[in-house]
Amino acid sequence: MITAGIDIGSTTAKGALLQDGKIESVKVLPTGYDPGAAARKVFDLLLEEVGIRPGDVPGIISTGYGRKNVDFAVRSVTEISCHAAGACFMNPGVATVVDIGGQDSKVIVLDKKGRVIDFAMNDKCAAGTGRFLDVMASALEIDLARLGEFSGRADTVAAISSVCTVFAESEVISLISKGEKRENIIAGIHASIGSRIVSMVKRVKGGPPYIMTGGVALNQGVVRVLEERLGNAVAVPRTAQVNGAVGAALIAARRDN
Amino acid sequence: MSTPEEKKIKTDKRLREIMTEYYIEAKTPKEQTGKKIAWITSGGPVEPLHAMDVIPVYPENYGAMCGAAKMSTELCEKAEEMGYSTDLCSYARGDIACAEVNGGPIGGLPEPDMLICCNNICGTVLKWYEVLARYFGAPLFVLDTPVCHTGYEKEADTYVRHQIRDYVAFLENVCGKPFDYDRMTEVGALSVKAQKLWKKVLDTTMNKPAPMTCFDAFFHLAMIVTLRGTQTAVDYYEQLLAEMNDRIRKGISKVEPERYRLIWDNLPVWYKMRWFSDKFASHGAGFVADTYTSGWCGTLPHLDENDFLGSMAESYTRIFLNTGIDHMADNIVRMVEKYDAHGVVFHSNRSCKPYSFGQYDIQRIVRERTSKPCLMVEADMCDQRKFSESQVETRIDAFIEML
Repeated sequence: MITAGIDIGSTTAKGALLQDGKIESVKVLPTGYDPGAAARKVFDLLLEEVGIRPGDVPGIISTGYGRKNVDFAVRSVTEISCHAAGACFMNPGVATVVDIGGQDSKVIVLDKKGRVIDFAMNDKCAAGTGRFLDVMASALEIDLARLGEFSGRADTVAAISSVCTVFAESEVISLISKGEKRENIIAGIHASIGSRIVSMVKRVKGGPPYIMTGGVALNQGVVRVLEERLGNAVAVPRTAQVNGAVGAALIAARRDN
Repeated sequence: MSTPEEKKIKTDKRLREIMTEYYIEAKTPKEQTGKKIAWITSGGPVEPLHAMDVIPVYPENYGAMCGAAKMSTELCEKAEEMGYSTDLCSYARGDIACAEVNGGPIGGLPEPDMLICCNNICGTVLKWYEVLARYFGAPLFVLDTPVCHTGYEKEADTYVRHQIRDYVAFLENVCGKPFDYDRMTEVGALSVKAQKLWKKVLDTTMNKPAPMTCFDAFFHLAMIVTLRGTQTAVDYYEQLLAEMNDRIRKGISKVEPERYRLIWDNLPVWYKMRWFSDKFASHGAGFVADTYTSGWCGTLPHLDENDFLGSMAESYTRIFLNTGIDHMADNIVRMVEKYDAHGVVFHSNRSCKPYSFGQYDIQRIVRERTSKPCLMVEADMCDQRKFSESQVETRIDAFIEML
């Protein structure tokens, strides 16, 4: 059976195509202003790569903030359930999923059977999200993808005390004007995200094994901070960014759909 | 399946009529009614006012009306222009702004002749009513009820009983007539009767399916808040109870089919009541009980009909919001069992600090003791700027997927 998962996030639209429990194709595109069109486009790209037609995909589930905009999906499921399903597929036995996307961060706690038993999401605030890193990368004139590499070279961690993106940005600017090294500032930014996420993990009583998903999982600096603060390894599956879409495709393949 | 017409609660109409009459009387010039106006906090002892023929009006009830009419945010902004903090309770901000601009659905409340403030619901009311007293130049009576974390101490009882005597003297002074103790006994009996009826109405939701949800209770609550101690409230709740029992006989419920039974904690999100109700109902989930509306019959065991005035000390001091976290958690655990609920939704209400402050601990205790899923929803009862629909929607959908 071929199924698809379409995850429309605030920043990127992700798609995954599965056949009989095997990932056939994954795609990532910017969401842009029209989530419906982005969904259609990502789906077309999946079909094109595998060389099939829409009619060959009986099960399509949408997820993410734009999940209601995907008119060709059979139904929508929240990203909480999809990330849980995707994480269990990639790392069976996982107990806690940390997902940091463009506009939100969440911690999902699973039982032994992979069912969601609790979750926590960030407040109405961009701190601790991908957007926060976006803003900081632009203030520091560094490509987003290189943040991890830079923080790895820090000799000390600059203190970023504010939990608000806007205020943290002004802190960063004042650190720049004081001549603080970019590497140290970035390490401070990662530490700030780490402390927010760890407090969410503790609130819902998350424990190892940990897995991190979402676009921010591609940032090694954030992963390192989480590992230090949690005192445990944090696995990052190769499908981290498309984990929600993979989960959606897995849910679409379940018999009860 | 019931038709939309059958699903409607018919007594709603009667509530609207009574509340309209109530506000018309309150807003009629005093020369015509010959009655004084008191502004009183929602948890304040209203019965002595009825005994003295004073018309009580509730800024908090009006705050709820403004919120439901989506008129609060503008009033909050007005208060912020006046210099009040955005962190101040949205009822307080709305009310203070209303005093200045006569805002809201009925153009503001009638000017008070006196202010009655009881701090059993929060500490904010104290400063809020002091502001009003200065603004209107009206006399203020403060009933100070110590927090009862677990029990109720004799010293607290003596302290509050003394203040009730002061309250009587205050009313005699402001009204210029002696306190009518016989009338007080009658009013006390009517108050107890209305509270018992309200409790019975709320308990009809033990039935499966529940004949109403907490969103109905939030609406029908208006009467027990504003008019307890009057025959009107008693007659009204008798009518409502009869209708609920009739719905049970006919198997009519608001949520059909009722797949999930939930408990709501904290005040409603007044400007999003319909949205919340529809959102949960779309998943077959209905709220069969809540900690808020049951607050107006929760201290019945402490009321003594034969000494209503004296027993007010204990019953007004021991209300839900004036107790400790363990007690609040116990209450929710009991509700989960009593109403056979599948989960609990906590509204973390930016405005109401005493209600929201301990919620994470309460949530943990409830989950440990009942193993039921709990959801925290961040919002504000009146200030729409504190509500983010898509975030809340995702949390609700995910919560339902967990059930």
